[in-house]
Amino acid sequence: MTAAVAISLSVNGERVEANVLPRLNLADFLREHLKLTGTHVGCEHGVCGACTVRVNGDIVRSCLLLAVQTHNATVETIEGLSDSGEIADLQSAFRERNALQCGFCTPGMLMAAQDLLKQSPSPDRGQIREHLAGNYCRCTGYQAIVDAIESAAWARAGRLP
Amino acid sequence: MKASAFAYARATSVENALDLLSVHGEAAKLLSGGQSLLPAMNLRLIAPELLVDVSQLVELRGIVVKEGVVTIGALTRHADLLKSPEIAAHAPLLMDAVAHVAHPAIRNRGTIGGSLAHADPASELPACMLTLGATIIARGPSGERRIAANEFFVGIYETALTPQELLVAVELPVTPINSTHFFHEFARRHGDYAIVGLAAQASVKDGGFADLRLGFFAVGDRPLLANSASKLVDVVITSAVLTEAASALDDELDPLEDQQATPAMRRLLAKVLLTRCVFALLARPDLCAGVSA
Repeated sequence: MTAAVAISLSVNGERVEANVLPRLNLADFLREHLKLTGTHVGCEHGVCGACTVRVNGDIVRSCLLLAVQTHNATVETIEGLSDSGEIADLQSAFRERNALQCGFCTPGMLMAAQDLLKQSPSPDRGQIREHLAGNYCRCTGYQAIVDAIESAAWARAGRLP
Repeated sequence: MKASAFAYARATSVENALDLLSVHGEAAKLLSGGQSLLPAMNLRLIAPELLVDVSQLVELRGIVVKEGVVTIGALTRHADLLKSPEIAAHAPLLMDAVAHVAHPAIRNRGTIGGSLAHADPASELPACMLTLGATIIARGPSGERRIAANEFFVGIYETALTPQELLVAVELPVTPINSTHFFHEFARRHGDYAIVGLAAQASVKDGGFADLRLGFFAVGDRPLLANSASKLVDVVITSAVLTEAASALDDELDPLEDQQATPAMRRLLAKVLLTRCVFALLARPDLCAGVSA
């Protein structure tokens, strides 16, 4: 019964059909099978947030979701959000504010940041920190990341800092 | 690390899930949100032979308020609880607590049934169940069983459930309008497991407690409904009364040592939480003098 299971899902707007072993998690499926390597794998137990993707519109840890559980789901990765231009302003704010150095955490950070701004267009710094509390960054010290998200939120709301 | 190999079955109904559990027993594990199960499997702490995925059983998801009882389906996600007007109105303590359960991405998947069945002594929801006097409903081969929260949690990751049973729902009495609550936990970062936490519900009358329920977590091998709360009910609260209650609380605690804190630190923090709780619920800043953490 440990045989491969057939799944069919949408990834960044494209229909994907695959046969996957039950033990394969979504992060590895995206990276190894679909070559979408923007989703990063850090801790593999839900602590670091590097593997954050969107499933049916909600952000999730792709290391804590089995590929077989995404049958009939809609998955969006950093490649999808980047290509559609949905987060172009957040990406440039990250660049302008030096909110990344090595870049390992950045896809997950952008996923979490966009999720926050969709729910709460004018978050204060405390709310930004709280929403990003599940995403580790080992380079920046977080201040620049909070700066970038705050300035992107201001720009979207048409406000000057 | 990666989980070791296992077989996977997507349950089509509660009966189907129960059939699979009765055939496979302890070799099988139920998968709902997977936010505690999959980390444990990835860390190779457990290696079930079969995962029975119940996450498609929509009949186990949702919140219903009827005749003074809030019934929460086992598959209701933390994010659902946070958005629920029923929970905000009828179980506000639970609403406060869920905001401290992990991070947004985990709350989008994790379920109340999974959290209770996992029974981590440092997690928030089991303690809330004690404080709120919840009843846990399990279904097994011989039908449905109702288990009082104070008999449900029996040890670290251990509950009164048998391997053949499925937790299907929890029932909470609707919180009375004149009741008030306090929730706080100490954690290294927002959303981490608590070092020590307290979920309290009280009825305040004439500047004192007519009723007080104190559910502590991360103070032992299971959540604790503190008997020492009775020392604060129907008495005029003074510093001396509070000190006596804190000392009685100390006798009830059996904190574990881990990389986050020593037992002594957990005892101190539990006492601080007790004092802050009384201070906040009675609006008595004078009682807080000399307590810091």
